Formats: sequence, structure tokens, C-alpha cells
Amino acid sequence: MTMTRLTTMTRLALAAFLLALALPGSALAEEAANGHGPAIEAQEWSFAPPFGGYNKGQLQRGYRVYKEVCANCHSMRLLSYRNLAEPSGPHFSPKAVETLAAQAQVTDGPDNTGQMFQRPGRPSDAFRSPFANDQAARAANNGALPPDLSVMAKARPGGPDYIYALLTGYRKVPPGFDLTQGMQYNTAFPGHQIAMPNPLVDGMVPYTDGTKPTVDNYAKDVSAFLMWTAEPKLEERHKVGARVMIFLLVFAVIMYLSKRAVWARLHRRDHTHTA
Amino acid sequence: MAHPSTYQPASGIEKWLDARLPIPRVMHDQFLVFPTPRNLNYWWTFGGILTFMLAVQIATGIVLAMHYVPTPEGAFDSVEHIMRDVNWGWLLRYSHAVGASMFFLAVYIHSFRGLYYGSYKAPREVLWILGVVILLLMIATAFMGYSLVWGQMSFWAVTVITNLFSSLDSLIPGLGTTLVEWIWGGFAVGGPTLNRLYALHYLFPFVIAGVVILHIWALHVPGNNNPTGVNVKTERDVIPFHPYYTIKDGFALVLFLLLFAALLFYAPNLLGHADNYIPANPLQTPPHIVPEWYFLPFYAILRAIPNKLFGVIGLLGSIGVLVFIPWLDTSRIRSTRYRPIYKWFFWLFVVTCLALGYLGSQAPDGWYLFFGRVFTFYYFAFFLLIMPIVGLIERPKKLPGSITQSVLGPEASRPAGTPAAPSEPVREGVA
Amino acid sequence: MANPDISTDPSLLPDDDPSRRDVILIGAGAFAVIGGAAMLWPLLDQMNPDASTLSLATTEVDIAPIEEGQAITVMWRGKPIFIRHRTAKEIEEAKDVKVDKLIDPLARNANLPDSAPATDVNRAASDREPWLVMIGICTHLGCIPKGQAVGDYKGDYGGWFCPCHGSQYDTAGRVRVGPAPQNMYIPPYAFASDTKIKIG
Repeated sequence: MTMTRLTTMTRLALAAFLLALALPGSALAEEAANGHGPAIEAQEWSFAPPFGGYNKGQLQRGYRVYKEVCANCHSMRLLSYRNLAEPSGPHFSPKAVETLAAQAQVTDGPDNTGQMFQRPGRPSDAFRSPFANDQAARAANNGALPPDLSVMAKARPGGPDYIYALLTGYRKVPPGFDLTQGMQYNTAFPGHQIAMPNPLVDGMVPYTDGTKPTVDNYAKDVSAFLMWTAEPKLEERHKVGARVMIFLLVFAVIMYLSKRAVWARLHRRDHTHTA
Repeated sequence: MAHPSTYQPASGIEKWLDARLPIPRVMHDQFLVFPTPRNLNYWWTFGGILTFMLAVQIATGIVLAMHYVPTPEGAFDSVEHIMRDVNWGWLLRYSHAVGASMFFLAVYIHSFRGLYYGSYKAPREVLWILGVVILLLMIATAFMGYSLVWGQMSFWAVTVITNLFSSLDSLIPGLGTTLVEWIWGGFAVGGPTLNRLYALHYLFPFVIAGVVILHIWALHVPGNNNPTGVNVKTERDVIPFHPYYTIKDGFALVLFLLLFAALLFYAPNLLGHADNYIPANPLQTPPHIVPEWYFLPFYAILRAIPNKLFGVIGLLGSIGVLVFIPWLDTSRIRSTRYRPIYKWFFWLFVVTCLALGYLGSQAPDGWYLFFGRVFTFYYFAFFLLIMPIVGLIERPKKLPGSITQSVLGPEASRPAGTPAAPSEPVREGVA
Repeated sequence: MANPDISTDPSLLPDDDPSRRDVILIGAGAFAVIGGAAMLWPLLDQMNPDASTLSLATTEVDIAPIEEGQAITVMWRGKPIFIRHRTAKEIEEAKDVKVDKLIDPLARNANLPDSAPATDVNRAASDREPWLVMIGICTHLGCIPKGQAVGDYKGDYGGWFCPCHGSQYDTAGRVRVGPAPQNMYIPPYAFASDTKIKIG
């Protein structure tokens, strides 16, 4: 059987395979509509395309928003200050990273008397958490636990689209909606009731690079930043991926020609025995 | 195995080793000159692909194990440590996770090939059963591996699936609970459970490797099946495995790797579930507990059956029934290519498996539950009713006289010198 | 069933374009080798120290509380670091020694060239001779010598004594009695301020 003639079996199997590929996509769309929350609008992100990456300026602004707004309640235990210097991330200078780290007071110890003590942060330290533990966090937030944000962009269907939609999704309660005491109405949050009050206000974080300090930009920038904290190796992955794909494509062509060359002798033998 | 060895040790060292432990001879006989039907199509390349994927999973798994911490407090963070700090850790982790999906994709295609071409029929029954054993071991290994991440899905999948054994309480009071607490090492899924899942997850792939060796051995006794299902009859029907099938398998492998790479580098979390990036919380159940895609058909079957114990029996039975296929299928014709009636039932079975897969990802109510039951019924009916009945009543298409005939055409139009139709009598049970 | 049809053995069949086929096959082989090496490298490199370990390559130590005649031990890269605040007598004893009479005449100081001799100046902190900073591991077989605590037996030369096999070090950490072959190593370090040392 040659490559050019597809049997019925092969055609049907290919159809089945393509159908199978379509399933995850439909399953995801189904998820969004099937009681998992409203459909989330897709935003444009610099890192979304296969050869895309992060925007350094956006990540730096996003970090500012996280540090000055979100970090008051949300921990980010999986990040260390040294990560802020990564070239495929916010790419802060080493000096800036030392300064940013030193601005935080981290717990260290025990010292020689057995006591824990506070000291300024170093680049090797993990991001300082706002609360010592989950119970303290709940106590300070009416029993609700502000989740850690390190991998939040991968922990929710829709990822950064969802985070952006949530941060810009606070609305007045629609008529007829039964809002529990202490909750806020949000268009993106599953169930539409969220314990977190609207965290963003125009102008609350000063931007120094000319970007407008609006809620929309804050939401965009911090969502991109959270995507980076969840996937710091995205740029490297895309870069290595491009090289691997090109290598494999060329390799596939070479292997196909090799296969043809090896089998040519057999095919020729079959057709050369003439009278 | 039935052919005399033609290996000639070339150098002094080869002769010395050959007299003491003839591994080069075995490699030569079984993987270089092994007589292989000349008409194998690309569906036959998945065995080689599977061997490669097993090696990939073992290699990436061992290096991941150098960094992973198997405790509830450390597991999730250690995986993130691998993703962020370990040199190439992101590549190793994603290779292992996406590799598991690719491994199952290949094993399902490989299995469906076996079903379609009747590769399970005599004398290859043991080969088929060993394949089912490998599939079971793969399912167990993948289930345990996923739990090690200790995300919400990991934890709750283990809780739900191990809890199924408590259904034995309805057979013998207390038996199920005792069994479940023995599996857990406690009164709930926790640290002891995670630790033993880790130990077993590391062990099982090597057990799989051993069974794979038996599987290849069982294949090499009768030799490969082929798309016509007709036995090899003359020398002209076969060609040496090397270089023809080594190069063809290599080509197919590179194509497979292209798909693997596309997923790994550009959509590594596409086949996963977002909830597994939430650290495990024993006090909060995710709204929808869903296994990885390769378990979805079995999950659908489990949930289609309303009774807990019978649901478990259905789940185990859906794989257990595969063992009996060599005896359930009564057809004297191996390859579905020549079975015009059975062919439609086969494709309906393929659609059934895909449909069950989709339904397994949905909440089991309303139309989803209804169709889940319909397709579960057909799943079992295909093996228990269709295979025995259709095999007996079907009139098959005319088989080619030989493999060579199927490739080169009938004797009259063939150039002189090419082999004639077989002179040996046809073996009972096989055309 | 006899042997396979060896007339399909490529080396026995008539050739049509051997050179072209060979080029393609060599190309395929080359790609396979390159691909294999590329797959092998991450499997090996992942064992190298990871980013979090490398970030802990530096330690800062506050030396203000160390009185004259006292010593502390801190951990750096998993190893013990001896920091001794030497007395005037200890410094004088160290300076009195003729370098060419030493078992090991080299300074073993990572902050100086390899060939620097083991004078007290080359062993002590530059411009701060009371301070001695060393990796506290005996150069014989890796035990941790005694001598940090005030009551420890310090050997005949007032420095350190290794209880495992009896090596003795002087007040500049130089080996005076074997079987240790070399002076205790001095790590890369610098004074960040009068009271802070940055190691590594």
C-alpha cells in the first residue's frame, strides 16, 4: 500500500482521530457554560500566540499592582525575589531586586536565644506572605481565605482571561438576584457572588512609564503578571519548541525519503522480473 | 523462534560473548533479520512507538524522582520547584505529563489495530492477553502518577476511586471498609497513601517492561499478523525487519514526535485540568471530579450503572471482557477488511468509545446519562453479542490467496518469476 | 517456514542510485544522533545545582558579637565556616612561622592567586589581621576539627586539633602536624562593612 492511496479504514480512522481532537476543545467550551460560570471573553495577550512572549514593561507594572494592592491579602509563596530579575520575566535589575527584597521584613531564625526574628528580605527569600498561616488569613477576612496567587492563572479555566474578567466584572446587583450579606456581585465569578471587595480603583497605583493608571490597565497588567508567575518558563518553552519543531519537520522529510529509498529496491524487484 | 539462526559472529569478541550470553545473536535474529510480512501498513508502527514512549516515561520519571517530595506538605511545592528551579525541570515535567497522554493515544490505536485485523485470534491469544495485562498496568501506573501532584484532582480522584472498593461491603459486611483502609493506610487518603502510591508508581513501569518483553516474545513465536489476516506461506511473503521496518518505524516515530512536541511546547496543559493547579484540600471537593481524558470512557461506564457495586463490576468488566475476545469472536476470518457486516459494528464500536469518552467528561444526568447508558450497553453488546453472533452468520469477502498476491495482484497479470499461489493446504480456522 | 526472502536484502539487490540513497541515510543517521544527544542533555543537566541552590551561594554573617579570642561557626553551601577573632598573641605566633618550614607552603586562599604563599598576611582577612575565616573541614578526610569553643583542646600550636586522625593546625589554620596534607581552605569572602562579612 502506498502513501497516496488511503483505504476506507484509514479514512474513517482519520475522521475519528480529528473528531477526538475536537473533543477537548468542545469540552472546555462546555465547561464554561455547564454551570462552571459564564463564558469568559478572550483577551489579547502578548504571550498567547505560539511564538509569543511576555512584555517586560507590563510585567513590571503588574508586579507593582500585585505588591501594592493584592499582596495585602494574597500570598505568592512559590515566587522568590530573585525571580523578578529573570530576563524572560520582569527583568528588574539586580540592584532593583535587592531593594525590592529589602523592603519586605521576613521572618528568620531561631537565633541563639531560640527566638524567631524579623530581618530585611534578600533576593533568595520567598515573597513575604501577608499572613503567618491560613487561619490568620481567614480571621482577617471574615472567614474567607484569599487564595495563593502563584499559579492562579493555570488554576482556573480561562486563565488570565478569567482573572481579567473577574477584576473588571464587579457590577451593581441585578434586580431579583439574591445577594448574601457581605458578598459582592461579579459577572465572571462562578455563582456570581464573591467575598473579595472590588480591589481596583482608577489611579490607585502610579505608573511611571506613561501607561494610563486605569482599572482596565491594572487588570490587564496584573493578569499578565500572574500568567508569568504561573508559567515563568513560557518564553524558553516557546523558543526551544520552535527549534524542536523545525528539527523534527526536517527530520520527518529526511526519514520519509530514507524510507522510500530503502523500500525502492523491494518495489523495483517486484516489477523487474519481466520475460 | 521457529527459524534456524543465521547469525555469524564476526569478531573474536562476538564469538566469545556468543558462547556465554548470546544477546547479539538474539538481537540479530529477533530485530534484524526477523521475517516480517511485507504488507504491513502504518497501523503496525505503533508497537515501536509504544516501546519508545515507555523508555521516555521511565527516563523522565527517574530524573523527576530525584527532585520530587512524596509528602502532602511537600509534593505540590516540589513539582513547582521542578518547574521553576531545576535545570530543564519544566521540560522534564511536561514531557512526563504530556508523554502519558501520548502513551495512551498510542496504546489505544495499537489496540484498535489488533481488534480490526483480528490479531488476537489463534495462535496469538496469549499475545493479546499480555497486551491487556500491559494496558491494566498502564492504567494503574497513570492513575498513581497523577495522584503524586497532590492537586485537588489528584487527591479527590484517589479518594473517589479507592472508595469504590467500599462497595464490597454490600457483599460481605466490613470487607470493603477494611480493604479501603488498608489501601489508604489510614481512615482517609493522606500521607501514607501518597507515599505508597509513589513507591508503586516507580515500580510498575519496570513490571510493564518485563511484560512487554513477554509480549514481543509471544509475538515472535507465530510472527506478525498482517492486514489481510492471511498466514505467511512462502519466503516471498516476508522481508527482513531491518532495514525495511526499522526505517518505517523510525519515520512513523518522528511523525508521532511532531504531535508530541506540538502539545508539549505549545499546549502542555490542554489535556489537563485546571483544578489540579489548586493544592489538595481534604475539606473541599471540586464541583466536578473528572479523570484524565484516557480514563473518560471507563468513567462513563462506571457512572452509567446506577448501583455502586455493579458500577464497579462494570468498570472492571469493561477491561476484563477484553481478555476473552479471542474466544468471543467466532469468525474464521481474521481481518475486518474481508468482513462486510462486522465492519459496521466495529466502526460503531469506535464511535461508542469516543462518545463514552465525551460523556465521561460531563455531569451524569439528563441526556448525558441516557446516552451513557446506551453506549455502555453497546460496548458490552459488541463483545458479548456481536462478536459471537456475527462471526457465525456472516459471509466474508474472498480472501487473497497469499500476502504476495494481495500486494502484487493475481498470478496471471504478474510479471514472470514472481511467486505463484500457495501449494500448501490452508490451515484450519484461518484462510 | 524457512529463512526470510534474502533476495530483499538491500545489499544483494541491483542498485539504481546508491550514492543518493546513502546520502539520505547518512542524513537520517546524523539527525538521529543529534536528536538523541539533545534528548540526553537535559536528563544529565537536571542533576546540576538548581536555581534555588545557586541563589543560596552567598551568606552574610554579623561578626560584631564575636569577642577577641572567640570563634563562631556558620554554614555556607552546606559546609561549616570557622570565623575566629584572634588575640594579639595568636597573631604574633602565626607571623613568627617560617613559611618554607610548613607542611603546606601555599595560602589556599580563594581570594588570592593559587601560588600565594601561606604567610599570615595571606591567611588572615586583608587589612584586618585579627580575623580568620576558613572552611572548617580537615584536609585529610573531611572531619570537622576541634578548636572553636573556648574549652576545646587546640593542639600544640593553639589553632585546631582534628580528633579523627590527630592533624594539628596553627593560629592561621595552617597544618603543622599531619596526616592532613594541606592548610584549611579559605573561601571567597569580603567585608561588607566593619561588622559584616559576605561569604561566597
